[in-house]
Amino acid sequence: MPTSELPQTSAWRRILGEHYRIIMGNRLSAVGFVFIVLFLVVAIFAPWLAPHDPWEMLYDQEGEFASLRPPSWEFPMGTTHLGYDLFSQLILATRTTLLIGAISGGISILIGANIGLIAGYYGGKVDEVLMRFTDVLYGMPFLPFIIVLISLFGRELEFVILAIVLIIWRTSARVIRAQTISIKQRQFIAAARARGCSHLRIIYRHILPNVLPLLLLYAAFNIAWSIITEASASFLGFGDGETISWGGMLYELWLSGKTRVAWWWFTAPSLCIVLLVTSLVFVSRAYEEVANPRLRKR
Amino acid sequence: MTGERLLQVQDLTVRYQTQMGETHAVSGVTFFVNKNEVFGIAGESGCGKSTLIRALMRLLPDNAKMSAQSIEYEGEELTRLSEAKFREKILWARMSLVPQSAMNSLNPVYRVGDQVVEAIQAHKNVSKSEARERVTELFDIVGLQPDLMKNFPHEFSGGMRQRAMIAMSLALDPGLVVMDEPTTGLDVLVQERILRRIREIRSQISSSIILITHDIAVIAEMSDRIAVMYGGQIMEQAPANDLFDTPCHPYTLGLKNAFPSIRNLQQKLISIPGSPPTLLGAPSSCPFLERCPFCVQQCSQRNPENITIQPLHEVRCVRHGEAPLLREKASEKETWRSLN
Amino acid sequence: MALLELNNVTKHFEVRQGVLQKLQRQPVSLIKAVQSVNLTLGENEVLGIAGESGCGKSTTCLMIAGMLQPSAGEIHFSGKRVDQLLASEQAWYRRQVQMIFQDPYESLNPRFRVLETVAEGPRALKLWPEKEILERSVDMLSSVGLPPAKYAERYPHELSGGERQRVGIASALVMEPRMVVADEPLSMLDVSIRAGILDLLKDLASKRHFSCVYVSHDLSILGHIADRLMIMYLGQAVEMGPTWEVIRNPQHPYTRALINAVPVPDPRVIRPVPTIRGEVSRPINPPPGCRFAPRCPHATTVCQQAFLQLQPDENKPHQTACVRLEELSQTNQLAEASP
Repeated sequence: MPTSELPQTSAWRRILGEHYRIIMGNRLSAVGFVFIVLFLVVAIFAPWLAPHDPWEMLYDQEGEFASLRPPSWEFPMGTTHLGYDLFSQLILATRTTLLIGAISGGISILIGANIGLIAGYYGGKVDEVLMRFTDVLYGMPFLPFIIVLISLFGRELEFVILAIVLIIWRTSARVIRAQTISIKQRQFIAAARARGCSHLRIIYRHILPNVLPLLLLYAAFNIAWSIITEASASFLGFGDGETISWGGMLYELWLSGKTRVAWWWFTAPSLCIVLLVTSLVFVSRAYEEVANPRLRKR
Repeated sequence: MTGERLLQVQDLTVRYQTQMGETHAVSGVTFFVNKNEVFGIAGESGCGKSTLIRALMRLLPDNAKMSAQSIEYEGEELTRLSEAKFREKILWARMSLVPQSAMNSLNPVYRVGDQVVEAIQAHKNVSKSEARERVTELFDIVGLQPDLMKNFPHEFSGGMRQRAMIAMSLALDPGLVVMDEPTTGLDVLVQERILRRIREIRSQISSSIILITHDIAVIAEMSDRIAVMYGGQIMEQAPANDLFDTPCHPYTLGLKNAFPSIRNLQQKLISIPGSPPTLLGAPSSCPFLERCPFCVQQCSQRNPENITIQPLHEVRCVRHGEAPLLREKASEKETWRSLN
Repeated sequence: MALLELNNVTKHFEVRQGVLQKLQRQPVSLIKAVQSVNLTLGENEVLGIAGESGCGKSTTCLMIAGMLQPSAGEIHFSGKRVDQLLASEQAWYRRQVQMIFQDPYESLNPRFRVLETVAEGPRALKLWPEKEILERSVDMLSSVGLPPAKYAERYPHELSGGERQRVGIASALVMEPRMVVADEPLSMLDVSIRAGILDLLKDLASKRHFSCVYVSHDLSILGHIADRLMIMYLGQAVEMGPTWEVIRNPQHPYTRALINAVPVPDPRVIRPVPTIRGEVSRPINPPPGCRFAPRCPHATTVCQQAFLQLQPDENKPHQTACVRLEELSQTNQLAEASP
């Protein structure tokens, strides 16, 4: 029978469709997804959406210096003590936060997944070496590490990302290694060996698709953790010096000494952090149900 | 074979609520077991035999609903008993179960003897030493050395563990023991010894046995009477000799063809094409319809009734009258060619 | 020349030692899974290897398929030595020998569609251009009775056990092997569909000219598919010969016991009581000599010292690894009622 008669579905469409179904299948995850998309849109169009320059000292309509104004029509999220518009700051900070979160999360899951797959599949010496390395990093405390790094090299974006990545990838490596080990022992892997597949082919073509739900789950976690980590670092003054992030906004608030007074100043960034991280966790829950079929409704 | 009735089940149905709807795992099953008898239930995966047994023992999961016209045990109507009363009076004391893969359900951290003692004490008010004595007796019955009581399950072989489970099931001298695939997964020689031992203890204990298995040969050797299940219903039931001499149901005929015998190496094995039905909704046609080479229009219109063609021999097939003809045709390979 | 030859093949596994044992410098225990086995397989022949659990049949079949290396001995395929292949030669051997696995629910990758599973072998070894691989895979699906239009795009969880096993067979045979090693392919399938898969295998074996090593514990099935039969006990080959010969006229006490123990689907048959005692043990540090001796009713001191190694011989097809065989048959002591 000629192969042209086989039903043809584009592979990409099929894959995207599957993921769409997973995410939308769960009400919480669907809501979370909507929020994530919202934040993404804001992040992408940030420069066009922000009404003011975030570092511009503003004057209100009556010409008065707009310092420490609570939310109003003019300044939807209020202003800082220096007259900066918090709404604009928030919008631009969204871009920074999401960027750092996505990059750090993405890199860390890439590293963690590969290390987990390779350690889990090859076992023996390779596994031992890789896991010792991971264990060493487990012992590394984050805060002192980032303090040292930043103090040495300066408040650059790259170092912030580097520090986050180095800490975050550990857990995903361990988890993916565990699942690789259990998948490796299943009969279809022996069958793949029997058909003549090389080790690399087995890892990336046979095992990876089965680890994927778990991987995506931890990808979402990694992004969430990266965001929180970045916010913590920025709050302590170790964030990137050039751009503003949600954590950075909180840092500025703390520096100003007006924490008790300006409730609007910390509400907005904090809420955003909580909202984004929670959304990511909800979406990842949808993948967890796929990774662990026992969680699915019968 | 006119013994007294020990167990009489009438019109038992078990329904499961699933995402796809309501499946009728067991539909309208009616059978009886006499005293001192081995009743075999034969069937393949998905036929409902394990569900049937769990329904009898009230061990069904939450999403299952059981209904029956009557379940009488030694004259007592069991359907009227509450769950609690059933557990107290019937389960283990008068009807016991050796579940599938029972040998794997021993707790690995406790000694085997202690586990049986515990099971006895949970149901009967006896002292530990009395219970231990009973366990020694039981081990003897099933052919295990009494000093094995102090061993742990991992020190027992598969066959020995299975025998320990059988011993546990006999602990309270029940009138009925149900064994679900007692020798599946065991080596041939081990299986042989266990089956032989079961046959031997029939005279020692006065329990009847319901034996469930997919192995037609084991059922043939062990049972006095046999029921063949398919799609949640009993398709045919008869005394063992009758079932093998004059089978009537097309499924029984198909099974006979498909099952190899070491004594008949020239037999042409013929398989039954297709796969078991999904059992959604109450049966509105014969469950064997799609795989049956002898089906006629009537078969698709409603579920066939259970007809008694000879004393103790019942069949659920509209063409039961033509049994000799069906038997002849069933032995030809052409008859079973794929029905697509 | 035989297609496959095993000469004195042995496989030992080391039992992992705990720290305490290592500190005490205790000698490592060995699981002697397979001990000095000789066998041959001809062209277009089905050799059945039978035995209970722990007899070494699965280990033997993994060695034949090249998935496990023998500890000692040689394996020759088509005259070429194949037990110590370099990585580069392994690809060649994969084309010659393929395996069919036991568990249809575990031997298919749940994330691969049926067609992808079948095409995976040729793709991994780059046997043909992609278009040809797809065509051959589609053809293979038809050959195993799975119409491609209906089955090619399905996932394993949408298939029944029998259908999955057919996919497994297709993915092995698409490589066009000259020899297929089947490890209990029917034991997890329903009885009513086993015969269909068996027929399929026999049919394809004759059409596509491959030989088969069929490993099973089920003597009834082996009686229907194997041309020759080899019985193993605790790592040793105890009897071999033409299937019907071995089953109808078993010589070794273990074979006799085994055949007498197989239940028969006939309520009127009464089988004789086997006279062997004890249980099968694990082959850890076994004594020299016949490993069946501890359970054999006819064992003497001679049996415990050395065991007879079966050597395939065209002139003597039915062989038994019992040193006392002649003596016992002369005095008619082997008269357990035969089937």
